[in-house]
Amino acid sequence: MKRFSVFSLARNAFSHHEDWPRQWRSPEPKPEYDVVIIGGGGHGLATAFYLAKEHGITNVAVLEKGWIGGGNTGRNTTIVRSNYLFDESAHLYEKSLQLFEKLSQELNYNVMMSQRGVMNLAHNLHDVRESRRRVYANKLNGVDAEWLEPEEVKAFCPIIDISPDARYPVMGATLQKRAGVARHDAVAWGFARGADARGVDIIQNCEVTGLRIEKGRIVGVETTKGFIGAKKVGSVAAGHTSVICNMAGFRVPLTSHPLQALVSEPIKPVHPCVVMSNAVHVYVSQSDKGELVIGAGIDAYNSYAQRGSFHIIEGQMGALRELFPIFSRLRMMRSWGGIVDTAPDASAIISKTPVENFFINCGWGTGGFKATPGSGWVFAWTLAKGEPHPLNAAFSLDRFTSGALVDEHGAAGVAH
Amino acid sequence: MLLIPCPYCGERPEIEFSYGGEAHIARPQNPASLSDTQWAEFLFMRGNQKGAFRERWIHTHGCRRWFNMLRDTTSHEIYAVYKIGAPKPPAPGEKPAAAKKPATRARKGASK
Repeated sequence: MKRFSVFSLARNAFSHHEDWPRQWRSPEPKPEYDVVIIGGGGHGLATAFYLAKEHGITNVAVLEKGWIGGGNTGRNTTIVRSNYLFDESAHLYEKSLQLFEKLSQELNYNVMMSQRGVMNLAHNLHDVRESRRRVYANKLNGVDAEWLEPEEVKAFCPIIDISPDARYPVMGATLQKRAGVARHDAVAWGFARGADARGVDIIQNCEVTGLRIEKGRIVGVETTKGFIGAKKVGSVAAGHTSVICNMAGFRVPLTSHPLQALVSEPIKPVHPCVVMSNAVHVYVSQSDKGELVIGAGIDAYNSYAQRGSFHIIEGQMGALRELFPIFSRLRMMRSWGGIVDTAPDASAIISKTPVENFFINCGWGTGGFKATPGSGWVFAWTLAKGEPHPLNAAFSLDRFTSGALVDEHGAAGVAH
Repeated sequence: MLLIPCPYCGERPEIEFSYGGEAHIARPQNPASLSDTQWAEFLFMRGNQKGAFRERWIHTHGCRRWFNMLRDTTSHEIYAVYKIGAPKPPAPGEKPAAAKKPATRARKGASK
């Protein structure tokens, strides 16, 4: 791997930037690997990277049916935060945020981590109580959090409307200053480049069409490029996890839904942070290009089509207009959808399965991007040791049988 | 937006409806005898099919009645709507189910 630096930038300037090496290879699959990872999104690539880096397991393939980072990794609204209510979630997402803070250095790849602060607004008395409780819970877990009164909200984000006669008045907000946004594509590409340099094969345009299971143990995967043997298989297929698990012969507690997002025309920097509101249901930040990046909740129905219904967008535009009168005449440029796998308790599943040596990492629902490095880190551990790390022990598949749910639905709110 | 043919009111836009998830999940006949695994199956585990999918909808801002719909989750094409308790229409490429006698149905509302 050729390291990126100010010197390599200068050197390549002399050749008009035409001689940069490819950042990863495009190998043909080998007959067998120690670990095969299904899904070349951020989580899958991070898993491969940490398998190689932390556990020395480099005979690894990442199989991607399209191109890497072309699914939800390239479709999310890039928010990174860790202010979750419950201990299990807070620890896991905080691990991820800590990895994010050092990710550019670790990967030698600028992931454009911008810790500009995330505000979660409260619009009624219940929101205020729930938010303040979450601030206290976060502080107990070592996660930075503070409570802002409406005037402080206005000081932190001057374009927000805090007038008390608004339909949904701003009654305060929680603020996590270490939270912010990162460049989603760079996270996928940085992990891919780092994993490839350590010997991982990233195989694109290779769809898994079946799993070969003998005596309850997985021995490989059938793909559009033929059979690939594997000692262990990790599925990180996001919205298509149910399809993969149905191949393995068991059901998972997931439903797949479209989650839409959109961007506005680019404008001058006006929005200094990330604002999320669960009650009026929108979250918005401004990208480095100047576009507002806007998201909201899922479409209600099950779907594997990467698009949703227009009334969802209409609703979030109403919320945006309500909170930020300055945006009332802004034009929207592009909208898109991704397929998210939601679990009944809105928490991830990073777990062993009924099939031996077959592991799943799924259920991230609407909030997976922020967990990318942490998810890869704990899943790499789980794959390497065959057992969950203490950070993901609570996120097992059998919590739906035992009843020990990590019920973040009310806590983290609908917006992730 | 989906244009949903309510079996009672006809075609109406999706915003008039609410979603009820997967259809034909029968309530356990004898809840007290269920194991934890069986409860997990009933409460949480879902088919989440890619392709033809049977689901429940309610016409919240119309007749306020529940019904079932057979829809493709990749194309959003609606193949059929049918009333709760009515026999399942076959999915494209699927053989029609053998006609069941109505008497074998447990009770109205508890479909399947």
